[in-house]
Amino acid sequence: MLLQAHSIADTRAIAAALAAWLRSGDIVVLSGEMGAGKTAFAQGVGTALGVDQPLTSPTFTLVNSYDCDRFTLHHADLYRLERTTELADLALAELAEFSGVVLIEWGEVAADALGDHLWVHLEIDDVAADLDAASDAPPEGRTIECGAVGQRWVGRWDRLRAAMEAAC
Amino acid sequence: MSMSNDMAVTTMRGGAGQLGVGPDTLVLGIETSCDETAAALVLGGTDVVSSVVSSQIDLHAEFGGVVPEVASRAHLESLNPVVERALADAGVGPERVDAVACTVGPGLIGALLVGVSAAKALSLAWEVPFVGVNHLEAHLYSSFLDHGDIGFPLVVLLVSGGHTMLIEMRGHGDYRLLGRTIDDAAGEAFDKVARFLDLGYPGGPAIDAAAELGDPEHIAFPRAMMHDGLDMSFSGLKTAVTNHVRRHPDVGSADVAASFRAAVVDVLVAKTRRAAAEVDAVGIVLGGGVAANALLRTEMTAAGAADGRTVLLPSREMCTDNAAMIAAAGWHRLGVDGPSPLDIGAFPTMPLVSSTPEAHRG
Repeated sequence: MLLQAHSIADTRAIAAALAAWLRSGDIVVLSGEMGAGKTAFAQGVGTALGVDQPLTSPTFTLVNSYDCDRFTLHHADLYRLERTTELADLALAELAEFSGVVLIEWGEVAADALGDHLWVHLEIDDVAADLDAASDAPPEGRTIECGAVGQRWVGRWDRLRAAMEAAC
Repeated sequence: MSMSNDMAVTTMRGGAGQLGVGPDTLVLGIETSCDETAAALVLGGTDVVSSVVSSQIDLHAEFGGVVPEVASRAHLESLNPVVERALADAGVGPERVDAVACTVGPGLIGALLVGVSAAKALSLAWEVPFVGVNHLEAHLYSSFLDHGDIGFPLVVLLVSGGHTMLIEMRGHGDYRLLGRTIDDAAGEAFDKVARFLDLGYPGGPAIDAAAELGDPEHIAFPRAMMHDGLDMSFSGLKTAVTNHVRRHPDVGSADVAASFRAAVVDVLVAKTRRAAAEVDAVGIVLGGGVAANALLRTEMTAAGAADGRTVLLPSREMCTDNAAMIAAAGWHRLGVDGPSPLDIGAFPTMPLVSSTPEAHRG
């Protein structure tokens, strides 16, 4: 599915719509260049799940975990795996298996090893028209693409899609 | 040498508290929570006798790309040589070691377990107490390694790649979280901006070097949440940098680095001053990798002088992950709480505040 977010609030609302359909054992891969809004998306999921502290970037800590009502939310980041290569140490599939949901930023590099998962790609909208703008205020428009790998999401897909499309 | 191993064993069996921990107590510290394998010997909680860090940066550069398990395997392969080197550098044998302290969290479970298992094994083999240490708490102690005790309360700015926190330290082991980043850590912003500007890795020193050649007022980058409480935000700044460079491709990297560094340091110094005023701190302590940043050290020292507060800066080698701070924190922890039970595990999500290894037992 292809979605258009006009603001960070839209991005978070789309994430919140996804959060409502998450269940224990799910893995969600978040991709997009630096500043595309992967952490903002993860924060939208966390807030919707009732996490009572800010979801901070796991780039250096690699995995941050938060207890939610229905499961433990694990927020991982594979950005540093080019240099520090703890992929197996992170045990992401095992984290999902033990009543967890795992959100993985920069997870596309490991997508093949993750089994069934949902993927969300965030793309910064073209800012060419704004090039002469004096302000450094970052553009907030994002094209958000979402799809599923494997059978795990088949039963939920139509309702998930409707919910995410209705969110913005 | 006045503190014998026999004495340490006796106190270990005697239970928590009332330990004979003193200026002659030699603690072996072990750190394997993330990228570094490190071991150190610290006497009396403050004197670094030896400190060995086996940085994995070269190892990872050598492999390149994704090599699963290399981190845990590297810890496993490095740990014994690193401990042996720490003993050799100190010129002592294992019989001189009075206790073994090790990081039990927060960190990666696989990496932590390498250190914790080794520390427990050494504790059993040498018949000395084992003490589990919180990695974040240990960073607070890195400043005490070079400076004496100046009293409490202190405000600690713990600022690294993974963490950016303002902590009130009311006594040894008594902490209160005052503020924190709500998105990216300051060190992460340094690293990502350095990478974006092709300045190299690690990002902090690379930005520092480039910034010295640039104009810090060239670009007015945002100072997020500057007048809003003690929490911080660095995600927007990182985005502002990339956005500015995309719009102005001819801008000089040195000017971007200098303007970016000035924005980060302005926020860190302003928030720390405000926190110190709120709790009427006697002093300000810096910890974590970003505490090595040249501008932050200068500006914080100037701010402290203006406000009449002592500023403790750890030496640059003690800012980044090391085992001397683990041994120092372990020495204090041993004196306050006594040894940790050998059945404690590793705690990947261990928080700093109100956290003792015992509280996480089971």
